[in-house]
Amino acid sequence: MSADGQDNWPLWEVFTQPPGGGPHEHAGSVHAPDAELALQNARDVYTRRGEAVSIWVVPTGSITASAPADAEPFFDPGNDKPYRHPQFYKTPRGVKVF
Amino acid sequence: MTDRPTDRPDRLFEYLLRFGDDRLVLGHRTSEWCGHGPILEEDIALANIALDLLGHATMFLRLAGQVEGQGRDEDALAYWRDERGFRNLQMLELPRGDFGFTVVRMFLFSAYSHFLLDRLSTSSNSDLAAVAAKAAKETRYHVRHAAEWVARLGDGTAESHDRAQAALDTLWPWTGEFFQADDVDRELSAAGIGADLDAVRAQWDALVREHLARATLKVPEVPMRMTGGRKGRHSEHLGHMLAEMQIVARSHPGAKW
Repeated sequence: MSADGQDNWPLWEVFTQPPGGGPHEHAGSVHAPDAELALQNARDVYTRRGEAVSIWVVPTGSITASAPADAEPFFDPGNDKPYRHPQFYKTPRGVKVF
Repeated sequence: MTDRPTDRPDRLFEYLLRFGDDRLVLGHRTSEWCGHGPILEEDIALANIALDLLGHATMFLRLAGQVEGQGRDEDALAYWRDERGFRNLQMLELPRGDFGFTVVRMFLFSAYSHFLLDRLSTSSNSDLAAVAAKAAKETRYHVRHAAEWVARLGDGTAESHDRAQAALDTLWPWTGEFFQADDVDRELSAAGIGADLDAVRAQWDALVREHLARATLKVPEVPMRMTGGRKGRHSEHLGHMLAEMQIVARSHPGAKW
């Protein structure tokens, strides 16, 4: 560890899986010098109250993210195209789960 | 008949105090890092370990109070005994030192604690077995966390290596006390209640030497210190620590949240 402290340590994104088998979800991030300590730090920061049964840590730099400028072409919902939503379609007779 | 350890609650009380006090004292020393950790994440990790140790101390001391049968609970034992009444290993009362000293001590003690608790979890005394089994789980994490840090400091920069080696040189002679069996240990171990410290030592020795070698740290060739923590003899550091630890409870006896 150097005097300039955490500026030297890479950032890791933490994903935790809740009990009951749901998908891993983003919990937050931690600083750590390497993967093993990132895992331990994630455990200590995010899972001390029974929140998780599994942890993934990923170097933040490995994540490719969309930019704010991508918002329109990527996400403009096309509300004028209702057939994109499953609700557009009628549920066949006999299906009761909905 | 009257000499069977199971008929000697005072022996079991004494035995349980040792394990409660070890964890109370190291827990307090570790809690001193709260707000002073080298980095936020490690600050939280140390606070978590301190809380784990405090929780283990609570269980052992509560059970000790029940075995004693004099109406003392875990708080009475933690806050209303003086230095001579404490049975912790002397190593654990030493001031926290730098981060290297803290993690090397945590590693040496947690490895011992892990193998000890593992054996106690099969004690013929079911209360002791249950407490030990519960504490053993979290202790495995303490070993892992401390071992990873020892490896990184030992095999890190020249400065981190030197600090870790200096910590090991200071702490090593105190580890002899982990395995100094007395009559209480021998009687309870023979009765299937306590742990065989020679067996614990063999496991500890193998694990610790393996990790220290990985960390490029040298086990010092020095004689073990004469110690007496289990008899209530302590260094000058414990009294100061207890003064701070006990002041609130003693200033406001019986206070509630």
